[in-house]
Amino acid sequence: MGDHLAGAATVDQSRRDFLFIATGAAGAVATASLVWPLIDQMNPDASTLALSSTEVDLGAVAEGQILTVKWRGKPVFVRHRTKKEIDEAAATPLSDLRDPQTDAQRVQKPEWLIVVGVCTHLGCIPLGHQGKYDGWFCPCHGSVYDTSGRIRQGPAPLNLEVPEYAFLSDAKIRIG
Amino acid sequence: MSGTSTYVPKSALGKWFESRLPIMGLVHSSFVAFPVPRNLNYLWAFGAILSFMLVAQIVTGVVLAMHYTSESTLAFDSVEHIMRDVDYGWLLRYLHSNGASMFFLAVYVHMFRGIYYGSYKAPREVLWILGVIIYLLMMATAFMGYVLPWGQMSFWGATVITNLFTAIPLVGKSVSTWLWGGYSVGDPTLNRFFSLHYLLPFMIAGVVGLHVWALHVSGQNNPDGVEVKNVERDTVAFTPYATLKDLFGLSVFLIVYAWFVFYIPNFLGDADNYIKANPLQTPARIVPEWYLLPFYAILRAIPNKLIGVIALFGAIALLAFLPWLDTSPIKSAKYRPVFRVFFWAFVVVCIGLGWLGSQEINDAYVLAARILAICYFAFFLIVLPLLGLFETTKPLPPSIADAVLARTKDGSAKAGAASAEKAA
Repeated sequence: MGDHLAGAATVDQSRRDFLFIATGAAGAVATASLVWPLIDQMNPDASTLALSSTEVDLGAVAEGQILTVKWRGKPVFVRHRTKKEIDEAAATPLSDLRDPQTDAQRVQKPEWLIVVGVCTHLGCIPLGHQGKYDGWFCPCHGSVYDTSGRIRQGPAPLNLEVPEYAFLSDAKIRIG
Repeated sequence: MSGTSTYVPKSALGKWFESRLPIMGLVHSSFVAFPVPRNLNYLWAFGAILSFMLVAQIVTGVVLAMHYTSESTLAFDSVEHIMRDVDYGWLLRYLHSNGASMFFLAVYVHMFRGIYYGSYKAPREVLWILGVIIYLLMMATAFMGYVLPWGQMSFWGATVITNLFTAIPLVGKSVSTWLWGGYSVGDPTLNRFFSLHYLLPFMIAGVVGLHVWALHVSGQNNPDGVEVKNVERDTVAFTPYATLKDLFGLSVFLIVYAWFVFYIPNFLGDADNYIKANPLQTPARIVPEWYLLPFYAILRAIPNKLIGVIALFGAIALLAFLPWLDTSPIKSAKYRPVFRVFFWAFVVVCIGLGWLGSQEINDAYVLAARILAICYFAFFLIVLPLLGLFETTKPLPPSIADAVLARTKDGSAKAGAASAEKAA
């Protein structure tokens, strides 16, 4: 009788342990599946994602002109470069650059430079056709970018960002 | 029931913190060591269920507020934006709207439990009144929340209810203009309702804190209505007994909640609220949400505008006087057979009023609503005061432990006989 009870106690305890662990595991899964939507809802929603790519018609941009378009809430410079601007960008030695990149690395077709118009220092919009290299000049703290959008002078650490883009035809691109 | 904590922290860090802010001791004495009558049934799980629902509504509400816009030309579309564009937005919206209904379902079970077992009687009068205050805040919160989607029913329900204030003599019109922020329900009304709807749940949380504090002074009531006499014999520790019982009750409740959210999320709502608010067109039927229907029926039953409004608020305010209206010293309906009959009749009256509140107005329904409204008030003002003076009650058990043992004695006697038969 005593042995039976002792045996029953061990069986009961391991059964109890199993029940506790199984309940705890189920509870953990339930909590995780409850918490995930609460966190995920802050991710960009479908209407924001729909604005994640923009098509630009290049036919309207004359040689030497810079077009500014809005993409994902930020300005993007679409620059139809002149031969002089392309040559100057290509001829720059890498040792002159704080963030070394060749011009070829930053364009798909050399006459079209497409960069995000946000200064890599603290986020102001640089002004086109200004600065020593006739690229861009940021009025906030004096950063100077060349005709490839690369940082040459001033406090900005990086070149102007080149967004993901693709040529849909010779006269049309999709950014993003 | 309350006293100095016996909690002693194990770690040095624990001791350091506890001597500066004894929150661990407070949690321990309130929710771990707290003595709970050992005869409680699952109706006592609804306090925990309500706490959970308050947190659930606040969490889903805060998250919805990240995507909702309260400007009247944008509000309806922002709700559709939540439903269609926001990740899991449909889930959060349905959790919040059905959560409100589940919150009220739980609060009605909780309140009817209180009436049945006399939980409002001494020394729990303040506990009960705090509960009535919570109930009032819940109704205000739910009413304002329903206005936010700015559908037809949102707008017209808001119009009907805010027009109640025009019944106040002399100042009625000024009060209504002040409430509206204009000459009728409009953009200013919607914006202030959003602000107040965000605010009130935190006031509810504060009053809930007082409610639990008051509860911990007197201790829980119990199904036999006999106070705890011997802590060792009559009670068990909150953790693990009440904790796990509450958790289990909550799980069953969540199944019902999930059923609504995932299978019939619009069942308790009104289809007209999927139409944008139109101030120039009243819907064929203006119906509040189900949990406000009994009071809506009382309002409509009375032909005089001002008295109807007084009856509406009076029907709710009357609850606060329950501890003094009921003259019987016996708490639990278990030992008051005549009261029990009247209690269930009262439940039927409330459900009947609720149903009538949702129906079109015709002569038969108006008459029925009047009769039931009279029954509702009679329960509080006639039945409860007189019953205590004239009823014969059953004898109370000497203690909670005796009540429990009396039940298990019968149970274990039957079980003993059955196992003896099996062995033979």
